[in-house]
Amino acid sequence: MTGIGRVLVVVYAIMALAATGRSFVQIVEDFDAAPLAYTLSAASAVVYILATVALIQSASQAWYVVAWIAICFELAGVLVVGTLSLVMPELFAHDATVWSGYGYGYFWVPLVLPFVGIWWLVTHRDGAPEPVPEQIVEGSSW
Amino acid sequence: MIEWFTLVQVAVACLVGLLAVILGLAGRRPSDLTVGGMAVILLLLIAQVVMAIVAPFTGNEPAGSALEYWVYLVSAVLLPPAAVVWALIERSRWSTVIMGIAALSVAVMVWRMQVIWTTPAA
Repeated sequence: MTGIGRVLVVVYAIMALAATGRSFVQIVEDFDAAPLAYTLSAASAVVYILATVALIQSASQAWYVVAWIAICFELAGVLVVGTLSLVMPELFAHDATVWSGYGYGYFWVPLVLPFVGIWWLVTHRDGAPEPVPEQIVEGSSW
Repeated sequence: MIEWFTLVQVAVACLVGLLAVILGLAGRRPSDLTVGGMAVILLLLIAQVVMAIVAPFTGNEPAGSALEYWVYLVSAVLLPPAAVVWALIERSRWSTVIMGIAALSVAVMVWRMQVIWTTPAA
């Protein structure tokens, strides 16, 4: 993970933090008020955390695939939830999720981020060239 | 929260954030100026933590959700050190941009905290 990829990871990490914090508060304070919206909030938090970790580790083939899945899920999530929140606002009447209105509460970062993520994955298809051949499979590489 | 302190905090975080993003995109590596700016942001946040603990005892209580407020405040305190560490593992222009993004995020979070503190929960 070098250069501008590092910036991408930071934005993902901040979104992960924001989504986790939001869903934590929603679920602890009043889960029964809007189970669907709050479950989606929690799902988005998990996806952002997964995408952050997968991007950091994306030099490995397995994590590269995980990063693709997480980012595609995230893109689908922001498009589906964003559309639902506009077409059927009663589903989200009580409180919003990070993906409501295509992420307008977060300056549309959730809408733009998956495209940047996909661009980064496409341009780093073979993973970053490893300075040393990877020998340890488990454990963190940073 | 104390409104003027919030405004100072948001202004400082915006200033440091914009400066770091601009310097970073211009190719500058992290300097005393940008890292020092992050340190100032962190100090202001720690002061905010102390104020948030003391304020309710002086009659200045949050109108909105205290839990939500604290989730924001704790997240905001973690951001500057985390960004600086992650940025300085590799010292490049992007390290400076990273610190700028973290600073701007803190500005947004502090503003949101002010809204939570002053707006009664629905």
